[in-house]
Order: sequence, then structure tokens, then C-alpha cells
Amino acid sequence: MTINTLAKGGWDREQMACFRKMEKVIVAMQDPDMGMKMRNQRLLITVIPHAMTGVLGELLLWCLTEAVHLSGMLVRYGYIYPLKEPRSLVLRPDESPYRFQTPYFWTSTRWPASELDYAIYLAKKNIRKQGELMEYEKERYSLLHKRINHTWDFVVMQAREQLRASKQRRKADRIVLECQEQAYWLINRPPPGAHNVLDMGLERPNNFSKTVGVFVYDVPSLCICVCMCSFVKYSEQYQNHDPIMQGCLPSNPWISDDTAHWTMSSEIVPTPTRLRVERWSFSFMELLKDIMGMREFMLYLEKEFSAENLCFWQACEDIRHGESSRILEKVEDIYKNFLAPGAARWVNIDSKTMDKTLQGLRHPHRFVMDDAQMHIYFLMKKDSYPRYLKSDLYKNMLAKAIVPQETKKSVFPFMRRQRHSSPSPAQAVIQVTEEDGHAKGAGRAGTNSAAGSHV
Amino acid sequence: MACKGLQEGETVASLKKESESLKKKLDEERGKLSDIELNQVAEKVEVLGPLCIKTRRVLKGHGNKVLCMDWCKDKRRLVSSSQDGKVIVWDAFTLNKEHAVSLPCTWVLTCAYAPSGCAVACGGLDNKCSVFPLSLDKNENLSAKKKSVAMHTNYVSGCTFTSSDMQGCDKKANVWDMRSGQNVQSFETHESDINCVKYYPSGDAFASASDDATCRFYDLRADREVAIYQKDSIIFGASTVDFSLSGRLLFAGYNDYTINLWDTLKGTRVSVLFGHENRVSRVRVSPDGTALCSASWDNTLRIWS
Repeated sequence: MTINTLAKGGWDREQMACFRKMEKVIVAMQDPDMGMKMRNQRLLITVIPHAMTGVLGELLLWCLTEAVHLSGMLVRYGYIYPLKEPRSLVLRPDESPYRFQTPYFWTSTRWPASELDYAIYLAKKNIRKQGELMEYEKERYSLLHKRINHTWDFVVMQAREQLRASKQRRKADRIVLECQEQAYWLINRPPPGAHNVLDMGLERPNNFSKTVGVFVYDVPSLCICVCMCSFVKYSEQYQNHDPIMQGCLPSNPWISDDTAHWTMSSEIVPTPTRLRVERWSFSFMELLKDIMGMREFMLYLEKEFSAENLCFWQACEDIRHGESSRILEKVEDIYKNFLAPGAARWVNIDSKTMDKTLQGLRHPHRFVMDDAQMHIYFLMKKDSYPRYLKSDLYKNMLAKAIVPQETKKSVFPFMRRQRHSSPSPAQAVIQVTEEDGHAKGAGRAGTNSAAGSHV
Repeated sequence: MACKGLQEGETVASLKKESESLKKKLDEERGKLSDIELNQVAEKVEVLGPLCIKTRRVLKGHGNKVLCMDWCKDKRRLVSSSQDGKVIVWDAFTLNKEHAVSLPCTWVLTCAYAPSGCAVACGGLDNKCSVFPLSLDKNENLSAKKKSVAMHTNYVSGCTFTSSDMQGCDKKANVWDMRSGQNVQSFETHESDINCVKYYPSGDAFASASDDATCRFYDLRADREVAIYQKDSIIFGASTVDFSLSGRLLFAGYNDYTINLWDTLKGTRVSVLFGHENRVSRVRVSPDGTALCSASWDNTLRIWS
């Protein structure tokens, strides 16, 4: 378990790693041989040393891709700051001058930024030029004054001392120092409404586990080659089905605003798409996952007089994913219909599994049918499933399946299609959609029409 | 984890030493098995052509950072939760907000859409996981109908309706057997906290996103890491990952406001998606793979396609 040993009171280890990487980039950028070109820059009448212009261009040459973004981040985090408009830590695509922040003011060096230091900074600003503080700075200044009133003398004294020392510096150095300090505080005490780059979200509770965990590995390791080839195969198989990679027919609804694709692929359609029927042949699970696939498979099994297997599997799934309160009654149903000797839809399970299951039935729980379900699943997968794929039933399905026409890009690209809303799934539950329900409905309709004809 | 009291002659220190040596032995055994990396096996695979992925929708409405989102099975609706304490259900296609619930706590860290489409679950700083049925009656006060399904001792950081077998904690990714409660496998190759894990579509592997600015791909059957997705220019931690439908593309959201697209097999970066103005907290591919949704601390969600 990771233990936070950094002395800098509660510093987030995530941030430290991140800052260190940025600092590495910054140091490399200032390398005298390989780094960026810097020269003295005239700012108004003072000459500022080691400034860079055309930063964006330089960075583009230096870091190739994502230069704009990465350099933007470096400016946001204050490692590079602008000389003109220093209040805005944003990288501009022009010739405005920038400077590297001194390591003394790197966020990681002086963390956390203390209230005392902030108070001294604001005091300096206040003393130096009355009214130089911005509104929000004035508010914070008075808040600090209340909060650390006991050390206020010290604050003012420090501020005066630092101002006195800086007066003895050359003007250029003084301006540089002021800019550096300002950039530092813009990061560590951002103005209200400004983007706070140091916002790290919720603190994660440290996990100091006192127990020593010994993990028992019972996983047979497969040959690496086999495993990795399986990923290649899987991706190749599904490539045509991946809309983000290959597009989808007739068109991607998010791009064209046309929901035809979703209509054609909804759970129950009169004719499924070709891609969908093809997917049933990828794996047994794909067939069972698709409601229409399962229905077709059931039809096939009925012809072979082995439909009870699929019914059993479905009933077991229902227990696994259903309400806890009904587990007992469902388990009893399954036993009555599928497992009891002489049951109406008896399933063929080997004796060992049957014994184990019957044992488990004494104390039924959500996973009590797992072994039996697994046995029947593999039975269907090895036997009925491959035969189904070779059957006429499946082949006809495949032949009938539709391949939607690709929608040509509209002639008037500026005309946006109306985006229609769809019924919420929450509404669908109100309607009964079970097959039995349909049959009942049809029966009722029959009588209604009969009644109607009398009128 | 199997936890027994200390046996005679054992101390925490001695057990720690024993566990360290066992770990070393395990790594040695793993190393003995073939040394090949995934990108070598995938050399013969065709290189991916240029992908044109753009923002197709921007969902605005949250008042603060969007922390989590989840798609509905109908492929167009989604639920999102935010630091402002709100959970919103959107029809992302039409940009309509269909439901909005206010939770008494801020920082709703997680939300999930029920497979039936009739409810959403969420949890956060209130240490509870609550389930709200989605009613279409506009006047109904959804908050009144919420049902608490779990109480935790600390904040709830993740919840989902399907059986989630995995968890990233610290630098380790652990695979748990839900029935026995046992930790079946463990992987520790990241250099920093893991923020997110996601199964590969076939279920035989998973990817992880970490603060060390890398994403890694682990094979469950071979029991080891098989690929690392990293670049020198990627400095900021990755917070979230998801696979495209075929598993060929890996979408990863980072703390530098970008989403990087990786070729899962070749280990190369395919593209970068810019657009968010703050950290990307969550990326999720829609159930039919037609779009990617990203949630961000810039208070918006974006749909990319």
C-alpha cells in the first residue's frame, strides 16, 4: 500500500509527480544548447533579460505535436508567464513576450502557499501604491487582517522590509520579481471566477492497511501468444461492427441527426440487419444476448425437441438477476419443471452436477443453479448452437436480413434535420410486452371486432 | 483478502517479508512465460486510417463539475451527476433534460442507469447509494421516492447496476469473485494511483487509467500486463478509460482536459480530442458504439462521433 512519506504536510502525491514532469520540460526548454532562444526584451523603457517572443512558434518547433496544448498548460500552471497583461495566464498566438518562472516560485517548491505569505504580498502591494489592490484583493486583505490579526505587526514589518530591499535592486530586476510574484499568486490564490488549476477535487482517503494480504493465485496462466492473438482476432471480427471506426448504415445518428439506424436496430424489428444476424455467429453469448437471436434459436430448438434446455437456462438467469424476495419460489418452480424425476421439461444433467444442485436446493440462494446452468449452457454451445448456424433457419435469416443503404450526404448541408424525441424506456414498462400478452391482446381484439361487426 | 489472526511465531514484519518474497517469486514466474508485447503480435494488423471524430453535442446545464455519467440501454439517453448535488437524465440526442433530482449532498460522485431504463442509482458524499425510479409525471417529486440501497462508512465512489467484478485501489488492480468475495487476481505495475478500470469487450482483459499518466492493458488469462499506452508529451494523469465496441480503440480522458485515442493493439496514439475546458472526469462509449460521451469539470458533457 502506498504510504505518504512526503514531509510537505499532506501534499497530494499525484500532483507532485505531475509538477515534476512539467518542471523537467521547463528545465529542458531552458537548456543553453537545445533549449529555446531567449534574449533581452524591451518592455516600455526597461530592458527585461531572458525573455522570449514568438513563444508559440518556438514551442511548435520544439515539442512537435500538441505544442499548443502543452504550452498552454505550462502557462496555466505558471511555469511561463506573460510580461504584457501579466494578469492573464494564457498563451497568446502572437509576438507578446513571456518569461520562465523562477524555480523559487514553482508551485511545488513553495507548497502550500501560506496565508502569511499571501498577507505579506498583499501588504506590499498596498503600501507600494495605495489603491493598487483589486476589489477581490481588498476583500481578502481585510479578511486576512481579521484572521491573523495577532501577527499583523509582523506582516507589515516584513512587507516594509521586502519593499526596502527591492528598492535597492535595478529596475529591471524589480519588475521581473514583481511579475514572478504576481504570477505565483495568480495560481495559488486565483481571482474569483478564474479557473483554479490547483483544484484537485475530493481528497482520497489514504489506505493504510494493517493486514498483510497473501493472494492465492489459482489462475492457470495461458501462453501469452495465444491470449494476444485472441485480441487481434476479436478486434478484426468486430471491426465492421464498430461504428466509430467503420461508420454505420444508413448513417450515424449523432452526425446526420437521422435516427434510422436506431429504428432498424431496435430490439424487435420485422427484419433484422445483416450485421446483427452475422453477430449471432460470433459467439453463443452474442446470440443469447440478442432478444431476436434467442427467439430464433428457441424456434430451432423446438424443432429439435430440445427447447427445455434454453428454457431452463433462461429460468436460471432470471434467478441470478431477479429480485431476492422471489428466489425461493423461482427455485422451487425450476425444480418442479426441469429437475424433478418425471418433470414435464426434464433437462439432462450429469449425475454429479445433479447431486450437487439438489444438495444446494436445501439452502437456496441466488447462485444455487450456477453449476447446472453452466452444464446446460455448454451442452447447447457445443451441440445445438453449431448446428443452428448451419441450419436453413439461420441461413434464411441471413439471406432475408437487410443491408441499409448508406445515406448520401445531404445536398443542403446547412439544413439541419429535426431531432425527434423518442419514448422514454420508463414509459415502456407500463405496456405489457410479453409474448403471452400479445396473444391475449389478439384474442381480445378478435372479440372486439366481432362485437364491432354487429353494429 | 483472507484475514487470519497472527499465528504463533509470526509478526506483522515477518509476514510482510514473506508476502514480499512470494510476490517476487510470482513476478519471476510471470516473466518466464513469453516476453512478447502485444504490439509485436499486432504488427501484421492494418494500421488504422485517420478518424474524424468531432463534438456532436454539448450538454450544458450542470452548475458545477460533472463527476460521472452513464448511458441508458436505449443508446441515446444518459444520466449525469455533478458536484452541485444534481443528477440529471438527458436525452442526449435532442439535448432535452428529462429528469433532474437534487440530492441533499454535494459531490455526487457516481451515477448509473438501470438496464430497464426505469431508474437511476447514485451515490457520493452522503455515504449512501440511492435508487430513484424515473417517473414521467412532471409534478412528481422524485426525491421523495428515492430508496437507499446501501450504507457505506465513507463516500461512495462507484456504483453500477451490472455485476462489477473489478476495482482499482492505490496502484493495484484487483479482480474479485463476487460469489466468494475472494480476491482472485491482482496486478501492480502502475506507478501511481489507478483511477479507473474497464473490461475489454470480450471480457478476457481490462484496461486501467492512472495518475502516472499511463494507461495499461492487462490480460486476465495470461495474468500480466501486455501493453502500456504512454507518451512523453502526456504529463497529466489519466482519470478514465473505455473501449470502443470492437475493442480496437481505447478512449482515455486526462487531467489536461484532453481525450487521447489509443490503438489498443499497436499501442500507438491515434488521435487527441480537444474541447473540454477542464479535467475530463469520465468517458463512456454508447451501448451500440455509435458515440462517446465525456463528462468534465467544465460543467458540460460532450458527445463525440
